[in-house]
Amino acid sequence: MSSLQSLDVVARSATTLPTPQIRTAAPHVAKLIDESKCIGCKACQVACMNWNDLRDDIGNNVGVYDNPSDLTPSSWTVMKFFEVEPTEGNLEWLIRKDGCMHCEDPGCLKACPSPGAIVKYANGIVDFVSENCIGCGYCVKGCPFDVPRISQKDNKAYKCTLCSDRVSVGLEPACVKTCPTGAISYGTKDDMVAYGNRRAEELKERGHQNAGLYNPEGVGGTHVMYVLKHADKPQLEDLPANPSVSPLVSLWKGTTKPLAVASMLGAMVLGFFHYMKVGPIEEKEKTEKEGA
Amino acid sequence: MTNSWTDIKNTDLVLIMGGNAAEAHPCGFKWVTEAMQQRKAKLIVVDPRFTRSAAVADYYAPIRVGTDIAFLAGVINYLLSKDRIHLDYVKLNTDATFLTKEGYAFEDGFFSGYNGERRSYDKSTWGYQTGKDGYVLTDDTLQNPLCVFQQMKKHYARYTPELVSRITGTPQDQFLKVCEMLAATSAPDKVMTICYALGWTQHTVGSQNIRTMAMIQLLLGNMGRPGGGVNALRGHANVQGITDMCAYSEVLSGYLSAPTDADDTRAKYLETRTGKPLRPNQMAFTQNFPKWHTSLMKAYYGNAATKDNQFAYDWLPKRDAAYDILAMFERMHQGKMNGFLCQGFNPLAAVPNKKKLSAGLAKLKFLVVMDPLETETSEFWKNYGPLNDVDPTKIATEVFRFPTSCFAEETGTFTNSSRVISWKEKAVDPPGLAKPDSEIIARLFVKLREMYAKDGGTLPEPIAALNWPYINASAPHPAELLREINGRALADVMSPPDPKNPAAPPTVLVKAGDQLPGFAMLRDDGSTSCGNWIYAGCWGPTGNLTARRDNSDPTGLGVFPNWGFAWPANRRILYNRASADANGKPWDPSRKYLAWNGSSWAGGADIPDIRPDAAPEQGVGAFIMNPEGVARLHAVGMAEGPFPEHYEPFETPVGVNLMCPTNAKAVSNPAARVYKGDLEAFGRKEEFPYAATTYRLTEHLHYWTKHSRSNAIVQPAPFVEIGVDLAKEKGIRQGDRVRVKSNRGEVVAACVVTKRMKALDVNGKKVHHVGIPIHWGFKGVTQNGYLANALTPFVGDANSQTPEFKAFLVNIEKA
Amino acid sequence: MDMDRRQFFRVSGAGLAASSLVALGFSPARAIAETRAFKLARTTETRSICPYCSVSCGLVMYTLGDKAKNVKASIVHVEGDPDHPVNRGTLCPKGAGVMDMIQSPGRVKVPQVREPGTSTWKNISWDEALTRVARHLKADRDANLVATNDKGVTVNRWNSTGFLLSSAASNESGYLSVKVARGLGMVALDTQARI
Repeated sequence: MSSLQSLDVVARSATTLPTPQIRTAAPHVAKLIDESKCIGCKACQVACMNWNDLRDDIGNNVGVYDNPSDLTPSSWTVMKFFEVEPTEGNLEWLIRKDGCMHCEDPGCLKACPSPGAIVKYANGIVDFVSENCIGCGYCVKGCPFDVPRISQKDNKAYKCTLCSDRVSVGLEPACVKTCPTGAISYGTKDDMVAYGNRRAEELKERGHQNAGLYNPEGVGGTHVMYVLKHADKPQLEDLPANPSVSPLVSLWKGTTKPLAVASMLGAMVLGFFHYMKVGPIEEKEKTEKEGA
Repeated sequence: MTNSWTDIKNTDLVLIMGGNAAEAHPCGFKWVTEAMQQRKAKLIVVDPRFTRSAAVADYYAPIRVGTDIAFLAGVINYLLSKDRIHLDYVKLNTDATFLTKEGYAFEDGFFSGYNGERRSYDKSTWGYQTGKDGYVLTDDTLQNPLCVFQQMKKHYARYTPELVSRITGTPQDQFLKVCEMLAATSAPDKVMTICYALGWTQHTVGSQNIRTMAMIQLLLGNMGRPGGGVNALRGHANVQGITDMCAYSEVLSGYLSAPTDADDTRAKYLETRTGKPLRPNQMAFTQNFPKWHTSLMKAYYGNAATKDNQFAYDWLPKRDAAYDILAMFERMHQGKMNGFLCQGFNPLAAVPNKKKLSAGLAKLKFLVVMDPLETETSEFWKNYGPLNDVDPTKIATEVFRFPTSCFAEETGTFTNSSRVISWKEKAVDPPGLAKPDSEIIARLFVKLREMYAKDGGTLPEPIAALNWPYINASAPHPAELLREINGRALADVMSPPDPKNPAAPPTVLVKAGDQLPGFAMLRDDGSTSCGNWIYAGCWGPTGNLTARRDNSDPTGLGVFPNWGFAWPANRRILYNRASADANGKPWDPSRKYLAWNGSSWAGGADIPDIRPDAAPEQGVGAFIMNPEGVARLHAVGMAEGPFPEHYEPFETPVGVNLMCPTNAKAVSNPAARVYKGDLEAFGRKEEFPYAATTYRLTEHLHYWTKHSRSNAIVQPAPFVEIGVDLAKEKGIRQGDRVRVKSNRGEVVAACVVTKRMKALDVNGKKVHHVGIPIHWGFKGVTQNGYLANALTPFVGDANSQTPEFKAFLVNIEKA
Repeated sequence: MDMDRRQFFRVSGAGLAASSLVALGFSPARAIAETRAFKLARTTETRSICPYCSVSCGLVMYTLGDKAKNVKASIVHVEGDPDHPVNRGTLCPKGAGVMDMIQSPGRVKVPQVREPGTSTWKNISWDEALTRVARHLKADRDANLVATNDKGVTVNRWNSTGFLLSSAASNESGYLSVKVARGLGMVALDTQARI
């Protein structure tokens, strides 16, 4: 591929050939979600659906503020509300914006068996390329944060793109721009880590002794990070304490590659069955847009 | 708002009470989070529920609905008894030193002069003593027992922390913690702001809720200062602007009190409304009332308003009674109204007691609903099962529905909560045949004018004479209208005689035909025309200042002087003279807003809210609209007393006013208006034991956004909220359907069971709250639901008649 | 992550299969990963003000086309105005979704009347609508305007028809509505702002 664009793709699912690694100077981007400033207004949810031209079903009230109550193929981010008492009698209403964390070491991409269905860009964004998606659901299992959702309508996996279309023209993601209280910010990964650590210090000064930055090592750090009031107990908000790419997925990607080649014949057969079951893995011819 | 949204960033402490800014005004709330992060400001939330605002607050204290005055009165007692006030500020800027009349008294829930039969006060014993020179008598030592300061101290000494806690249900330690945090801002270099909204106005003591807080802000020295003020966070985009245009019965555009039957002549009308200084050297700005009123009449009647016909005074309708919305629906219910025009308003959902409203609308001959959306009001006659159980064949009202454009489809201005008037352009055409409200009104008027010209009729003269200078009579352009609102010179406006050189010939200040640069140019001789004096200057000789988009902030204090135009006179903080001390030096040099530079107040961050050359030694007060020149701790204008006093909501879960437990006539506001029939419709605690309140959610605005799919997705269906304890008692689980009943109606909805609402200990008994969000109805793309106003009581604040949506009684059961 | 043994086998099996397709030359290699084209690139921008609460946030309305005569402009996206000093580009969930209110299926598009006792709307022309309402207003005003009260004071009030004014309308609309109402002698006048 001579496409300049392709140089931005630094990782690609189920691809044995090396991906270009030349864009080393591309800045890594990151989104920082400061829980201490989040009022759970759901502006980010609405901005997300408006930017991405999504409209989920109109649900019902099941006794909570969370609506939709979980991520769906059409709701790429949702607010989750937690009424907790970290210390006896001290009620806190923790509100967490849930969505793709854009891991530096993305479990979904590693688990994905379909070539090029999941890519990682040089700036750190992990994106799904739907035309390559076969709807197998491995990304769901490979994700330590339980983020991707498979649509029943088209059997494709969907999740937050970190507004890759906005970011690629130099804009911030839609949720970042809309956030009324400045709870979501966006910048280079370095800047966001520095800002997140500073916010954690500021929160400690205000009495949140356990405030801290959530940027878990186990997935190589994330391009969506949180400042948590209780960084010592991320489980309070349904966040894994030490997320990592499943050793099984890592194993498969690391040591079993030769096995893959060895079992080509079997794969042909399985591929045939997959074709019969869900139809062809369609690929659209795309006009190259170099210089356009 | 006395201050502005962006000014909130200058504060040291934010109190959110009587509102839920994070929920209802998220984008304004950003200036709270900004102050918290950049200035290390603290945020306190006092609310019956642990709200979205509370979620990010430093301190939260619960309170029983409808007891805010008791809480705040307790704060006043704390400040006065512990001497935690900004004394220099209080002496300079309030009436603390003024002597009250000897006959003034307060006893057992009543102020002096109460008339139980008329439910009103004879106020002759309230107010100040005046000397022979006409000026108020004062005592600068504050020792005289009749001075306002001592009277206030005596009045509020009764609100001990123990009693406050018994009334409000706020635990004493939490109440005292809030007091201490507030008291810290009495230091001259500390400032607090209060953000409130309908959580304070929608009570039968709504106006006094706000006044109590204003008194606290005065005692702490926080009015007129950056980061301070009393900030009403208002509802609709242009609710401030429409308030300014005074679409009310009792006032004319620019808050000019409208004439009543008592004002039989123009002279009498003007005289009773023209202020005279109560202290030496005060500006008493209302002495300009005749200029404002005459200019308005010239805008309305042009050449037909002349000195000879008293500037068309007789054509101005005189009011004989109240015609606020509750009064209107009462009249409708009594069959005294035939027609009703309803523009961008959904009263079937927005006014209390749906049953009564529906019955009222059914008695009309014709109803005209002008709205961009299909409102419930427009279909009050249609059967929607239990959600609107009516029989169309029995409703003889002829109903018209006019499609109007929405904000995106028309040009014009909105005025935001901080009084900034901003121009916007039309982005797209309205759908179908929809038209802007102004065009519909113009077409209707032109049609009526033609009918009167052709067929005659009752009093056709004012209709023929109404000034209608628009290029297209059927569709006046917003630019023409805004220029008319601003005002122009009809003849050359001449300078007043120069006192130093009376013989000098006057000079021309504004040439005939030119736009006026400000309200100082208005005249009472018919030589100026102005549709709204407070907006004068918004479209002056240099053009449309509301369209300015310069977002520079030279002082960094969040002033933005060249963004749009703020009334009055482009001032961004009202009473800003009070930001400086008696000598004209800023109280806090780090937040320098205005200062006296030896010859002028100009050159600061903002337009001075005082005559620019008023030297500090002249003692010109900062509160220029008051004839006393200072702010009122003792206010005779209030219906229920010069000092705010706690009264229970009309539906009270306690049944007794603990401030005067033996006076059964002063349980609830003794001066509030209650109609016959509505009194009987109040529920009692024995049958309806739970304190209920209604409110908005952040995902919705009133009854509009239920028509918006994006919003329906994020908050799709009706619900009510109760605490875990009450849920346990009633066997209600998360998500169960529940029926909430008041003595007027019921709603059925899903139940959110939450730890964020706790039972409060009120006078030794547990009081549970039931929270009822208001956003659902029988039209829209959300799930349908019952209109919440099926439950609410038809009674309003004694001063403003704003209905008591925020405190009533219900019962709840599993549906 | 909770992956049981069976799931592991499913993952490894299908994964092997798909990965093998690549090695066999079935790779969809030519579908390059490309971000979505920026959807606002040549839309027309109009500055507006959010109609909801009184923060009155600045909006940028993005409309289809470049205002050429043959184009029917329609709003395709709305965002906060980053230049606006109060909202600085932010919008709450109401403002961020305002396009759906503007384009709501619940918009009224033509003048309608519901005749007494019936249960349906009937579409009518503007001329019919305005003429009928004007006739109603005139008849009621002619019959019920009070010229003088019982003390003989000229009061010229008309209180049998009421007018509720929108607090969502512009200042100019509000001013004109009040002017007309007062000009007709109306005193039963109120607005949402009271509530």
